[in-house]
Amino acid sequence: MGAVIPLQRQIIDYTTSLYNEAILDGQFTQLQQLQDESNPDFVVEVVSLFFQDSQRLLNDLTATLNQKIVDFKRVDAHVHQLKGSSSSIGAQRVQRACIIFRNYCDQQNTEGCLKCLQQVKNEYFLVKNKLETLFKLEQQLVAAGGSIHVQ
Amino acid sequence: MGMATTKSEFHVLAVDDSIIDRKLIERLLKTASYQVTTVDSGSKALEFLGFCEDVESNSNEPSTSPNNQQEVEVNLIITDYCMPEMTGYDLLKKIKESSSFRDIPVVIMSSENVPSRISRCLEEGAEEFFLKPVRLADVNKLKPHMMKTKNRDCQKAEEEVSSNEKIASLEIKSSEQTQAEDGNNNKRKATEAEEELSQDRTRRRYNGLTVI
Repeated sequence: MGAVIPLQRQIIDYTTSLYNEAILDGQFTQLQQLQDESNPDFVVEVVSLFFQDSQRLLNDLTATLNQKIVDFKRVDAHVHQLKGSSSSIGAQRVQRACIIFRNYCDQQNTEGCLKCLQQVKNEYFLVKNKLETLFKLEQQLVAAGGSIHVQ
Repeated sequence: MGMATTKSEFHVLAVDDSIIDRKLIERLLKTASYQVTTVDSGSKALEFLGFCEDVESNSNEPSTSPNNQQEVEVNLIITDYCMPEMTGYDLLKKIKESSSFRDIPVVIMSSENVPSRISRCLEEGAEEFFLKPVRLADVNKLKPHMMKTKNRDCQKAEEEVSSNEKIASLEIKSSEQTQAEDGNNNKRKATEAEEELSQDRTRRRYNGLTVI
């Protein structure tokens, strides 16, 4: 039980840093509030779906933007989906990068779109990394006999 | 006991092509104690309702056509706007143009705040327009819309029930909320019998009735 309190502190500090760096927004808190005893893994489940879905969309966007003739309608539809799902889990910086991406898509600017794709990927891998670290800390907390709760 | 009764009071059909958003809306609605069914497209929503296109397109067909009755009671439909093939707006139109289904309240969700889109949906008969991501505070606004139709349905049913119908043994029948459709006649009688006693109980007992 000795590890519980330092781990709790570490989780609080880590989560706070994610909000301060605008990696996450209040929507992530909403997700946490929907997690309860009857759905103890809700946040991890939704975020895992987000990872799977985003990876699929990013792969498709990479392929589509590297075609000789770019199908901008397809690009826009995919960025729209990514924007929606990132906003649903509170991945604020991914969402913002998607908004800029769509502007270049409207202009049919391939070079701009490729830059935006890179930016979206950077933001996506950043939030993925951070959330995975957060979940690991939470697992350690549960293993040490603590419980996850939203402060 | 009380909890279980409240849980099954209203059945919401949620439509969204995004698996993440389906998961989220399902959790939100369940947290608000609604029964939830989720589907990933407008056509699957219509299929779930038992909506039959051929019958609907024929305007001469009476609304009580046996091919187009609502098979499962749905008290509200909440749908995403932006979906491939059939949009949320298309789904809304189909529901509101249908004599069998138009009484089901429809709520539209969208990640984009486009005023013309919002007013178009409201003009077409949507009860609410929620901006995504949907929050618990939004979901809590759904109940009044469902109560409205429930009350209307109750009145309708009362008119339909003939005065000489027996109302015996309804206590047992009507208390089983999730009972299959063959119990509906009894529930209808239960509604009539109980309405004088308790408005709230009436509504609950009415749950599960197929709206024709």
